[in-house]
Amino acid sequence: MENYDVYEYDVLIIGSGGAGLRAAIAAREAGCKVGVVCKSLLGKAHTVMAEGGVAAALANMTNPDGSKEADSWKVHFVDTMKGGAFLNNWRIVEIFAKEAPQRVLELEQYGAVFDRTPEGLIAERPFGGHKYRRLNHVGDRTGLEIIRTLQDKAVGVGINVHMEVTCTRLLKNADRVVGVLGYYRESGRYIVLKAKAVVLATGGWGRMFKYTSNSWEGTGDGLMMAYEAGAELLDMEMIQFHPTGMVWPPGMRGILVTEGVRGEGGVLRNKKGERFMFNPDYMPPLYKGQFADTEEEGARWLEDKQNNRRPPELLPRDVVARAIYREVEAGNGSEHGGVYLDVTHRGAEYIKRKLPSMYEQFHAMGGVDITKEPMEVYPTIHYTMGGIRVEPESCATTVPGLFAAGEVAAGLHGANRLGGNSLSDIIVFGKRAGEAAAAFAASAKQGEIDDTQIEEEQNYLMSPLLSASGENPYTIHQELQENMQKNAMIARTEAGLLEALEKIQELQKRAEHLHVDGDRFFNPGWHAARDIRFMLKTSEVIVRCALERKESRGAQWRLDYREMDNADWGKKNLIASKQEDRVQITAVPLQEMPEELKKLFEEVK
Amino acid sequence: MSNITLRVYRGNSSGGQMVSYEVPKAPGMVVLDAIHYIQKNLDTTLACRWNCKAAKCGSCSAEIDGKPRLMCKTSVEDYPEGVITVGPVRAFPILKDLVTDVSWNFRIASKIPPLQVREEAAGKPFVLQQVDVDRVQEFRKCIECFLCQDVCHVIREHNRKDAFFGPRQMVRIAGLEMHPMDDLNRREQLRAEAGVGMCNITKCCTEVCPEHIHITDNAIIPMKERVVDDYFDPVSGLLRTLGVLPKRTKKPFKSVPNEQTVIVGNTTLAAK
Ligand SMILES: Cc1cc2nc3c(=O)[nH]c(=O)nc-3n(C[C@H](O)[C@H](O)[C@H](O)COP(=O)(O)OP(=O)(O)OC[C@H]3O[C@@H](n4cnc5c(N)ncnc54)[C@H](O)[C@@H]3O)c2cc1C
Ligand code: SF4
Ligand code: SF4
Ligand code: FES
Repeated sequence: MENYDVYEYDVLIIGSGGAGLRAAIAAREAGCKVGVVCKSLLGKAHTVMAEGGVAAALANMTNPDGSKEADSWKVHFVDTMKGGAFLNNWRIVEIFAKEAPQRVLELEQYGAVFDRTPEGLIAERPFGGHKYRRLNHVGDRTGLEIIRTLQDKAVGVGINVHMEVTCTRLLKNADRVVGVLGYYRESGRYIVLKAKAVVLATGGWGRMFKYTSNSWEGTGDGLMMAYEAGAELLDMEMIQFHPTGMVWPPGMRGILVTEGVRGEGGVLRNKKGERFMFNPDYMPPLYKGQFADTEEEGARWLEDKQNNRRPPELLPRDVVARAIYREVEAGNGSEHGGVYLDVTHRGAEYIKRKLPSMYEQFHAMGGVDITKEPMEVYPTIHYTMGGIRVEPESCATTVPGLFAAGEVAAGLHGANRLGGNSLSDIIVFGKRAGEAAAAFAASAKQGEIDDTQIEEEQNYLMSPLLSASGENPYTIHQELQENMQKNAMIARTEAGLLEALEKIQELQKRAEHLHVDGDRFFNPGWHAARDIRFMLKTSEVIVRCALERKESRGAQWRLDYREMDNADWGKKNLIASKQEDRVQITAVPLQEMPEELKKLFEEVK
Repeated sequence: MSNITLRVYRGNSSGGQMVSYEVPKAPGMVVLDAIHYIQKNLDTTLACRWNCKAAKCGSCSAEIDGKPRLMCKTSVEDYPEGVITVGPVRAFPILKDLVTDVSWNFRIASKIPPLQVREEAAGKPFVLQQVDVDRVQEFRKCIECFLCQDVCHVIREHNRKDAFFGPRQMVRIAGLEMHPMDDLNRREQLRAEAGVGMCNITKCCTEVCPEHIHITDNAIIPMKERVVDDYFDPVSGLLRTLGVLPKRTKKPFKSVPNEQTVIVGNTTLAAK
């Protein structure tokens, strides 16, 4: 076994996105010694890329008649449950909807500077699936504002930050998690971070698909470390296809076009120029009658939200993504195989003020002036609703000493996430996880580190460098991406999923014999060799769960089971866990919602 | 489609050289795409940083044909000869290839206290007009690419990291100093350890900022004026005592407890 550096903390946070940083602040404020570890530099996590806004029912917006929009946590609760096709954990949603406004206002106290309404309050914009204007925003760079605010606050309260360290294995003592092993990306040396309690805030996993809005970080490490440590995973089949990713040029394929474009009035058209979202075939029964029937009403809504219904471009993401998919399949696609998203009618000045980074992104990198021409868009892999199963109040996983918050955790979004709900998720549950971890740490001792676990992982990490020959991890990654894109994307079938599974298993075998050149100094090839194994296992779990759920619900759209099966599948979640070397999948019944919450669905109509 | 030639710096703290790679050109290709092509197909050991690939995270800073730029925002079409030179930013110590040790920036940042809210506004939703926050929002667009730090001669040529926080942190402090709700006298820090006086307004930083922040005109110059005003201008001092100019009532800088944040460095010990 090779030597390693050791650091000890009361609470260790893995991940420095919004969830990790908010947890760090909470644990520090509870008096703990806190360490934060992340794969990139501070402030570069996915959170920085979020654009449209953070959803919280502040009810700041005014109707034309001078009254305030009737938003409240109750409406946010109902919208989120409906958006998630009722697979969500109602208790998690309840906590979320109630606490999101406080957490957003707290960001303002920490230094975030949101856009303002004419009355000087935080401005809120409309978004898909949200009944009222609810996305608190800063132009289209809300994530940057949030991560920078939390980063500045966190370093202000006094923490240790380990940047550019990749963690690869949680260390256990009997049942409990007592630390983690990682390597410095720069030098390749090993580091062990010991802690009384660990919070996983490692974000989502999109990199196993070909077209994704995710960065290189989204390889599922945190998820798989937890799985290996015995944690239960929930709803893993539920992966969000954001309806609008860039299509052209090829290097930009998959990069996100914020839903804020549609929130600000952008419309979708096919190559015939039709506003295809008005096609009644695309309207889910659950939302019938709640959206504009005509383009005229949709246009009037921009100015008067009180007396008009919103255009159907603002249906939940799964609905819009499917419609785009079907348009393109039907031969109505644009030049490069997408559809058109047009916001030119809002005028250049307005667009540049409200969507500056979209303007810049298309102008500098796509060669398109969005104030003058439409964008081409197609669904892109964006977000993972599934993840680690957690307790609603404490974010505790099923493994003692291990907590999880943010995109890596599951339960809030059910079968489909509403835009903006993630940024509020990470601040609400980041705080809760930090507090619960601090409480756990207060009554726990530092655990013993077992060197055999370290040695095992070191051997695993070293094998691609020591092998004389073997496959290039990038080749396997590329084949995995093609496979997932083809067989586990928006439209799923049993045959396709089985093909996907078979291919994954083949790739897993091949990934046992990797070879990479060079040494351990900042060597992307070596890093990729570990990442690919996390990605393969994650893909396996996704595909197995997708096979199991024999219905269409939210993001899971089965061409061979087109109906939503409320009597059976609508009543259960799928849980994946590790049994020996097998992925065990179990269906567990959803908890019955209490009467007072059920009543909200009548009340809120 | 034709090829382009990328000349990429390969090396570490003990030296290195430019290495040429032939990369097939694709429509709309940016320099980062070309670097990724090399990583995947020609040399998996080539080190670079990136995250968003959309000019939002500030990770992929490099010097392209000698100019500090974001690799993800630089089209290969901008180099019609088809030869592009890519090297690491030079104001910071090189780690490997295109990756440099920028941790100094994070250490400095931890010396700047976050917003200290005025008592009457604490714990309540702020009421602020858009015009009152426009300027602050300009500063908060910063993506921490550190290209301005790279190009600032105080840091790059004179290596005065001991005396000047650099343009990035000037922007950061300006965003706090001009925040209508902030209650900390940031001018003490600006004049002393942050070293606003070190800047001699060459505006090189403003030229390279990918977020088009007017670093010198909107952040540094007004702050220089405020500092001068406070410390060296007896007339304004007198007018203030007489109540003609508003009294500065912000809390002294020391009033913020200095909580220790440690940016734990990468170990520089050799790996076996
Ligand atoms: C382009 C884009 C736009 C978006 N827009 C919006 C929006 O407008 N509104 C909204 O609500 N949501 C939006 N989202 C979703 C939202 O940004 C994310 O879900 C959210 O930021 C996730 O935060 P997080 O803290 O859970 O994780 P992340 O921000 O993803 O952070 C994960 C952290 O974990 C670290 N990490 C991962 N693996 C390891 C490891 N093995 N070892 C050490 N560290 C590790 C990473 O380095 C990183 O610091 C968007 C997402 C994208 C990609
Ligand atoms: S203007 Fe000042 S901060 Fe900017 S580059 Fe010149 S000396 Fe440096
Ligand atoms: S001020 Fe501009 S150049 Fe400097 S770090 Fe920020 S974004 Fe980069
Ligand atoms: S990769 Fe994020 S700025 Fe270039």
